[in-house]
Amino acid sequence: MAEITNTYVSEELYKKFGDAILSTDEPYGMLTVVVEVSSITSVVDWLKKHPVINAHFLTDICGTHFPQIPGKELCAIYHMQSMPNNYRIRLKCFVPITKPEVPSLTGLFPSANWMERETYDYYGIQFIGHPNLQRILNVDEMDYFPLRKEFPLEDGSRTDKDDKYFGR
Amino acid sequence: MSKEITIAEMPAGLEGPGFFATSLEKAIGLARANSIWPLPFATSCCGIEFMATMGSNYDLARFGSERISFSPRQADLLIVAGTIAKKMGPVLRQVYLQMAEPRWVISVGACASSGGIFDTYSVLQGIDKVIPVDVYVPGCPPRPEQILDGFMQIQELVKNESLRRRNSNEYKVMLGSYGIQ
Amino acid sequence: MNEFDDKSIEQIEEPEYTTLNLGPTHPATHGIFQNILKMDGEIVVDAEQTVGYIHRAFEKIAERRPYYQITTLTDRLNYCSSPINNMGWHMTVEKLIGVDIPKRAQYMRVIIMELARIADHLVCNAVVGVDTGALTGFTYVFQWREKIYDIFEQVCGARLTTNIGRIGGMERDFNDEAIKKIKEFLRDFPKIFDEFSTLLERNRIFVDRVINTGPITAERALSYGFTGPNLRAAGVDYDVRVINPYSSYDDFDFTIPVGVNGDTYDRFMVRQQEIRESLKIIKQAMDNLPSGNWYADVPEFYLPPKEDVYHNMEALIWHFKIVMGESDVPKGEVYHAVEGGNGELGFYLLSDGGRAPYKLHFRRPCFIYYQAYPEMIKGGMLSDAILTMSSMNVIAGELDA
Repeated sequence: MAEITNTYVSEELYKKFGDAILSTDEPYGMLTVVVEVSSITSVVDWLKKHPVINAHFLTDICGTHFPQIPGKELCAIYHMQSMPNNYRIRLKCFVPITKPEVPSLTGLFPSANWMERETYDYYGIQFIGHPNLQRILNVDEMDYFPLRKEFPLEDGSRTDKDDKYFGR
Repeated sequence: MSKEITIAEMPAGLEGPGFFATSLEKAIGLARANSIWPLPFATSCCGIEFMATMGSNYDLARFGSERISFSPRQADLLIVAGTIAKKMGPVLRQVYLQMAEPRWVISVGACASSGGIFDTYSVLQGIDKVIPVDVYVPGCPPRPEQILDGFMQIQELVKNESLRRRNSNEYKVMLGSYGIQ
Repeated sequence: MNEFDDKSIEQIEEPEYTTLNLGPTHPATHGIFQNILKMDGEIVVDAEQTVGYIHRAFEKIAERRPYYQITTLTDRLNYCSSPINNMGWHMTVEKLIGVDIPKRAQYMRVIIMELARIADHLVCNAVVGVDTGALTGFTYVFQWREKIYDIFEQVCGARLTTNIGRIGGMERDFNDEAIKKIKEFLRDFPKIFDEFSTLLERNRIFVDRVINTGPITAERALSYGFTGPNLRAAGVDYDVRVINPYSSYDDFDFTIPVGVNGDTYDRFMVRQQEIRESLKIIKQAMDNLPSGNWYADVPEFYLPPKEDVYHNMEALIWHFKIVMGESDVPKGEVYHAVEGGNGELGFYLLSDGGRAPYKLHFRRPCFIYYQAYPEMIKGGMLSDAILTMSSMNVIAGELDA
């Protein structure tokens, strides 16, 4: 099988989805595609079923938070790969923090279930269509999304740490 | 390897032909100290070192702990080895409450003792926030030798504990400070 | 017409199920997981998992710690094979800053990583033995795991949470004692391991117990994101060491064992075989260990030698600056994967050029494949559920991050 190149994949993506592909980039050799939120499932589905690209394996889902980009604060990052072609691709979609809604991939990959729950737990990204979107790692009573940048890392209950010795 | 069999040292007492008298406290202390049944509450890395401690090289069984008790009801010593997250805190407390008196607790490793390197929103900053602890073993993770040393410290405590301690007022006040009746 | 006609009797539609709470602290789960099982007698009908009992917020810590201080976190991911995690992280940073590592360091890393893989697989397989009722294998094999720890101690000073290696190579060369110990291990261990194998591999009782226990098809395994030995047991020959060779894995001659049914026996056998392959790799690496430096020329990241740090002012300042994250890191994002003890351990690193990563995500293989557990145990006996879990090698520290 001919080796799949980033150029080939991005051309195919532009051909198929056009405006839904917001930008492409190749940091450290991995094709990174920023996708319109509404079409993320169709892009993933298309990549999965594409006869040549055949990105049949969902490697990873994670989120991140950019408070400095208004309107695009939260970002869901997907890594997919094709084992037969040894090809990896990264997809991203940005959502505003006021309406952090991303369609769920659980219909396409059962493995997305917990990864999306984890991302929800950390960042509060709502995966629409997820069968059981609850906190997974943190306690259910937690009322904030701890990995958003504004929340502190430290536990507030420590009394032995005197701030004046830590320069805070 | 030495073929000698060492037996526990005799407590102080009166000895004559055919009899030996000592205080009940010392006799019970001796018996308890050499037959501690530990309940390993192993959650993470320290649990693996605890497995090594139980394994054939270090052999915790030499100290009278041949039987690892996984049921809290039959355990004397709670060995908390590993990070206790806030989600786990109530479970740990429950296990402690299920243990019968007299009970002792070892906190193995930095995480169990103080939260260790995980000063984070999800980790309990030391198990002594929810249950009383008798011996802290430092290390991340402690070597099996250190865990053994902690265990021997517990043996010392057990040997010298007064029989009335668990009924004393101070003990009740101490448990009360953890909200345990 | 009889008044006790069949139709008039209310039919009990749903059989009565028992709810059984397995965990969070159960001696047979080897870690902190809770499973609420719905049981029909001794048959598992359904299972609901709760995880997160040792969630330690790794990703949040990683956003606040300089690059060197993250190595200590990776130790505590899959603590059965911490060196693989350490080196995976170092390689991720090396990829970000674009450093080539000398061959000697690469080979040294391979030796350490394969030793760690052996240690990891030994725990898993010994525990499968324990759960089938054979404690002998466990006590026997753990003595030999101690020998691996002795080697790690010689190389880095620690046993379990090794913090081994540096960004840019290894901390120091193998000393004579370490080389002697590795050679002794290579000489003695295969015999011991064969004894362990004869205890279980062809043991009728064991084989009857584990064949067809917790099977999964290759297709389901892929859709659930399986990687590592569990995926290979289902028959997919995917191994990061082969498909994206890192650290000179392409120099070595080894095979990837695959199973057929993806059941407990296959998982056990794949791990057994991988231990043998790892021994082959270590032997090749030891035989062909290149001479030269064990570190790359990256003074920005590679810590100065400890002797200098203690006796030399400049080295001390330099050391301090690196550890506190005063090195320049390029902006960018990388994904680097290594073959960890139980699957593809990936690091997604997003750097904004600051002293700490902007975002660091660990792709933890356990977390992803443990989702399939209810599907694998459904319809089986309760005792098989325990075996399935221990043969999947789910490590709580890695699962909960």
